[in-house]
Amino acid sequence: MSRWEDDPILTVEHLTMRFGGLVAIADLSFRVGRGDITALIGPNGAGKTTVFNCVTGFYKPTAGRIAMSTRGKDARPQLDAVTGSAGRASTGRDLFLLERMPDYEIAHHARVARTFQNIRLFGGMTVLENLMVAQHHMLMTASRFSIAGVFNLKSFRDGRDKAMKLAEYWLERIDLTDRADDPAADLPYGAQRRLEIARAMCTNPLLLCLDEPAAGLNPRESAELNGLLRFIRDEHGISILLIEHDMGVVMEISDHIVVLDYGEKIADGAAEAVRTDPRVIAAYLGVEDEEMDAASQGAGETG
Amino acid sequence: MASSQEPTSDITPEGAEIVEEQRRPAYAAEPPQSSHPQPGSLPNAVRDAAVAAAVALVLAGPIIGLRTESAIGGLSLTQNWPTVAIIVAVVFFGRLLLNLTLWRPGSQALSGVGSIISRAGGKQLAALASSNTLYIGIVALILAFALPFLPFANRYIMDQAIVILTYIMLGWGLNIVVGLAGLLDLGYVAFYAVGAYSFALLAQNFELGFWVCLPMAGILAACWGMVLGFPVLRLRGDYLAIVTLAFGEIIRVVLLNWYEVTNGPDGISGIPRPTLFGIEFTRGEGGFADIFGLEYSPLQRIIYLYYIILILALVTNFVTLRLRRLPIGRAWEALREDEIACRSLGINTTNTKLTAFACGAFFGGLAGSFFATRQGFISPESFTALESFIILAAVVLGGLGSQIGIVVAVIFLNTIFELRGLQEYRMLIVGLSMVLIMVWRPRGLVSTRTPSVALKKRRAISGDLVGEGHG
Repeated sequence: MSRWEDDPILTVEHLTMRFGGLVAIADLSFRVGRGDITALIGPNGAGKTTVFNCVTGFYKPTAGRIAMSTRGKDARPQLDAVTGSAGRASTGRDLFLLERMPDYEIAHHARVARTFQNIRLFGGMTVLENLMVAQHHMLMTASRFSIAGVFNLKSFRDGRDKAMKLAEYWLERIDLTDRADDPAADLPYGAQRRLEIARAMCTNPLLLCLDEPAAGLNPRESAELNGLLRFIRDEHGISILLIEHDMGVVMEISDHIVVLDYGEKIADGAAEAVRTDPRVIAAYLGVEDEEMDAASQGAGETG
Repeated sequence: MASSQEPTSDITPEGAEIVEEQRRPAYAAEPPQSSHPQPGSLPNAVRDAAVAAAVALVLAGPIIGLRTESAIGGLSLTQNWPTVAIIVAVVFFGRLLLNLTLWRPGSQALSGVGSIISRAGGKQLAALASSNTLYIGIVALILAFALPFLPFANRYIMDQAIVILTYIMLGWGLNIVVGLAGLLDLGYVAFYAVGAYSFALLAQNFELGFWVCLPMAGILAACWGMVLGFPVLRLRGDYLAIVTLAFGEIIRVVLLNWYEVTNGPDGISGIPRPTLFGIEFTRGEGGFADIFGLEYSPLQRIIYLYYIILILALVTNFVTLRLRRLPIGRAWEALREDEIACRSLGINTTNTKLTAFACGAFFGGLAGSFFATRQGFISPESFTALESFIILAAVVLGGLGSQIGIVVAVIFLNTIFELRGLQEYRMLIVGLSMVLIMVWRPRGLVSTRTPSVALKKRRAISGDLVGEGHG
């Protein structure tokens, strides 16, 4: 049994998102395995970023359930109990219904971090400051909501040193230690992408959602990115959900691929299975109508 | 499809990064300064001057050359061609002279005053502000503490110093909201008013002393900041500005009409003066001068007030500078840069904005209660929208987020307001100088931002990169 079936960290069920008359996502269900790199692919306008925005709380889905299980195996009864209770979004610290939570709580409590398709760094702040902002909650607690901070007490100094250590660790990792004190907007494009990932990692997430991390990177940078994502998965045990158009990146690092087209899932499985799926090829390359029908029948039989 | 795109990790385009590096300085360089005609040679200069002279002739001919005067039986036309000739000649030779000297390509003095402000002055000020902040601060501090004992310190100077410090404190308070959090607040004077009235009413009705009322007034103003914040903070940019402006006016109108409490347009008078540990600054038995064996002088009370506002302003500055280095301050600045990114990092943007509003309002309230105790009398007259605009002007003029820039801007604005000889023209001069400064230094006098934390060395960040906030 595959890991995403067995031990999912994120379970999306019957997710539907309508904008007025437009159905951006229609009844989408998929799972993200704990410790997997899961790729969400599909042609332009397939609804990938909409799925991301629903998962991270930037959109409230029209219907559906998005469950984040931060610890251990999926506890069905627990999940149903929370879903049945009106208004509750979590059972303490293990299980979160993301569709019921505001975006900042998803990042803080459910520990889902994300990056953006068009990079959203704090351009006028230095690289280091960007990584410090990401550790807001840890530092807020250390500064006792600014009171210990104003008087520069030891608890705050300790928290600050810890935050600096983590920031330095990630700076080293993304190879930007030399540019730590430069404004983020001054960095070259590839470095900005890496910085955004590092910033997301500084929030101490369990699930990292990356929206086209390889867009605009040259081949060497793409290869470095692959290394970075593998490192995050293997060394930190973080699950990654990514949207990507660069098939070189997707096929090389993904454990699991979900393919969307017009808001519906057309394929779901390991890289090799998806690559040869006739419906996926049809969605990407386009085919004659007759071939399409044949392809869907074929898919129906195998799937 | 996918199989045709093998990962190409072995390809290493060595040149790519070099090109990137070379491109950067060009991008970072200053944009071309002005678009004057570039008359390299004498004929070009003469031609350009002739065109300017022709334009002057067309304009001056009918306006100055021909003049209607009422005469017997209707209007008569007086002609005044010599003046026109003089004007045209001045334009021609003046333009020619400029073409051959200042506007020559490669000329150092590019565009007169503009270049002086934007290049030399601005750079120096920015460099001074960023690299020598500590020394400037210490010198300014010593000067500020020594001011009352300097030989030229008279009643007028001390009064002006108090006014300047009050506005500096207000500017620093507003700077938290506008400069750090990037929320455009046009109704800041409302918190000033709330502070002043809270102080006056508390002091009069409950007979509490200055030092008890002061923090209470600040806290009440901060509460008002929150009350304003809740409905308003879902708005952004221009809409936020309009609503805060309206809020400022609402407070003033309420103060004006709630006669039973605020005494309406008559204001509140007889507000108690601050005391030094219960010692009053009065003449005679038990007064400050009597106890310390000094000769009584009304200046003693003024000097005491001066030290109070100096310390209040310094506290504002200290707290702001500390908050900038704390997570909350960094979150304010991050909010100014990109609100959506903040939310993706788990920062509750509403609470963060509210704390910014409350902090700004708190210091506004403290300044307000100082204002009340200094004047001894307050009325809604003192809290018009114009006050908000002046404070905001000081913040924008000084450079958003810059503490020392605000000091310079407040002193500058106050000097203009106090130019007694120019009574009728002073608003014109204020407006004109603001337009000029905004044209030449669009990000204010000190446009650079100092990072709140550094790994190796703190380097100032150019204002072009720093966000202005959009609500």
